[in-house]
Amino acid sequence: MSILINKDTKVICQGFTGAQGSFHSEQCLAYGTKMVGGTTPGKGGTKHLGLPVFNTVNEAKEITGCHVSMVFVPPPFAADSILEAVEAELDLVICITEGIPVMDMVKVKQYMKGKKTRLVGPNCPGVITPGECKIGIMPGHIHMPGRIGVLSRSGTLTYEAVGQLTRLGLGQSTCVGIGGDPVNGTNFIDVLEMYNADKNTDAVIMIGEIGGSAEEEAAEYIKREFKKPVAAFIAGAAAPKGKRMGHAGAIISGGKGTAEAKFEALLSAGCKISRSPADMGTTLKSMLR
Amino acid sequence: MNIHEYQAKEILRKYGVATLKGRVAHSPEEAVAAAKDVGGTLWVVKAQIHAGGRGKGGGVKIAKSLDEVSLLTKSMIGMTLVTHQTGPEGKVVQKVFVEQGCNIAKEYYVACLIDRATGRAAMMASAEGGMDIEEVAEHNPNAIIKVDIDPTVGLAAFQARELAFKIGLPNEVINKAVKFFQGLYQAFVETDCSIAEINPLVLTKEGDVFCLDAKMNFDDNALFRHKEIVEMRDLNEEEPSEIEASKYDLAFIKLDGNIGCLVNGAGLAMATLDIIKLHGAEPANFLDVGGGANKEKVTAAFKIILKDPHVKGILVNIFGGIMKCDIIAEGVIAASKELGLKVPLVCRLEGTNVELGKKMLKESGLNITPADDLTDAAKKIVAAVKGH
Repeated sequence: MSILINKDTKVICQGFTGAQGSFHSEQCLAYGTKMVGGTTPGKGGTKHLGLPVFNTVNEAKEITGCHVSMVFVPPPFAADSILEAVEAELDLVICITEGIPVMDMVKVKQYMKGKKTRLVGPNCPGVITPGECKIGIMPGHIHMPGRIGVLSRSGTLTYEAVGQLTRLGLGQSTCVGIGGDPVNGTNFIDVLEMYNADKNTDAVIMIGEIGGSAEEEAAEYIKREFKKPVAAFIAGAAAPKGKRMGHAGAIISGGKGTAEAKFEALLSAGCKISRSPADMGTTLKSMLR
Repeated sequence: MNIHEYQAKEILRKYGVATLKGRVAHSPEEAVAAAKDVGGTLWVVKAQIHAGGRGKGGGVKIAKSLDEVSLLTKSMIGMTLVTHQTGPEGKVVQKVFVEQGCNIAKEYYVACLIDRATGRAAMMASAEGGMDIEEVAEHNPNAIIKVDIDPTVGLAAFQARELAFKIGLPNEVINKAVKFFQGLYQAFVETDCSIAEINPLVLTKEGDVFCLDAKMNFDDNALFRHKEIVEMRDLNEEEPSEIEASKYDLAFIKLDGNIGCLVNGAGLAMATLDIIKLHGAEPANFLDVGGGANKEKVTAAFKIILKDPHVKGILVNIFGGIMKCDIIAEGVIAASKELGLKVPLVCRLEGTNVELGKKMLKESGLNITPADDLTDAAKKIVAAVKGH
């Protein structure tokens, strides 16, 4: 078992024939992901990477039976692509696109209320269940099937954590990048709830960063309900106030969202803290019996 | 992206937010002409820089005659204004805003922003205007009234009234306040702001409400649909190395330390600053070259670091996913050959094409110290800089 995706997950790519969509779909296929096609409006009826191209998500779902989509559509049009996937009632939309205007995401979030689709991202590396299914841009070869969950707002820092775990001989159940934008689909708590219920996840590495209060809210949840060990790192302890550190959401504003406050919240929730990004793997390992 | 107060007021005025009459000026002559145009017998001369706290720093002064307008402008233009937001080096004033005076009865605070916890816009208001809102939030959070805005409806009139009543605006001005708040929300949404803050909003003795100071900050990701706002960008207000980086679409922030950093990914780039600090040194910059950088982009990035005279050592930290290590190596070598590499360079490469990248660096003839992992890299560069 795993969370969100597994070997039976049928995936399409929105923005399938673009440079990014093509490259990463190919990589996902090579990893063994069950990709069944993709969409590019106006190119319906053609073939790409040996798979059918559709004009609309509805059509793709009808013909391929896909239930998950991976979005590589450029930022000005990406919000619309998410809406299309929601309207087609897919189970899960994973949006990789970076640079979507916040106001577009505010509308998307409102639209998604009460709908069945879950959104992961945007501005995220995606989701991987090692050995079974990779949906996103993470390098597959650093992963190893196993029982540790990795949950993060950052892409490369997730790879860093995964690399450390794999070197220690600790495989991963499912790794989830929730993305670095201020308004996103799935938050830390959503994923922690899934890990809590997943029999094949024993412990979790959670990676947060400065900005907002999602880590503090997650700490509250962990304290209240989470039954498994959590090792945590927060990026941005050395970041100056008021500056956006690469990610649209990584900013300390109004004195809120500092790394220190987040470390403290997680510590008091019973998590073990890794002050250095180099010690995420060993910190987690020290918590396993 | 930030803009000046006078530009923010121009935008707000279009959305029906009440502002006082004012004009921008670049010289004492222009300021006098502006004052005549504005009319009246009392003006406020305000230094235009992208930072708050100007009043305390001597950047906001009252003039009671045209001569005074001229003198104040003369003293302000060219002066280095230091406020709690500019840092100790301050900012040079290039222009002033000459604005009508008014009879202030009371000051308030109002702002529109994105509430990340709800994923919606929210409007916040307080009776403690003119104050640093961060301090109010810390010492008296109950003094801040907040309403959550449904994006399909916008700021409803009843919500605007609720804000106005709760911060204690008198009954006679409620309708004016509603128009003001709804205009502020409209401006916020339609120009894709990340924050629009009015501090203070003033109530005059004559019973009017005006925006006395305004700060607007825009979502960089939405600038593609706001050419009129991009035109308001003032490069004088930005750090030259950050302007250069923005030409190549690099996420770059200049910092105060002496270790230059080139990293892929925002999270790893932040973590690199953290680990340098943990090992007792200070980073000179934040730099995320991004996932899909080509050789030209990496070269440009490395050049920006090399050109910083404060940099005494450089750390390259790459975990190649989409980013291939050989591309990084190519860029680092090209930039070093062109500008010369006079400081220690530690490279930690991991991920896609790592062996090829390492081999290229080794064969380049440049003085590069390889590192095995994050800790090793941080230790080596800190030691190199301290011994330098």
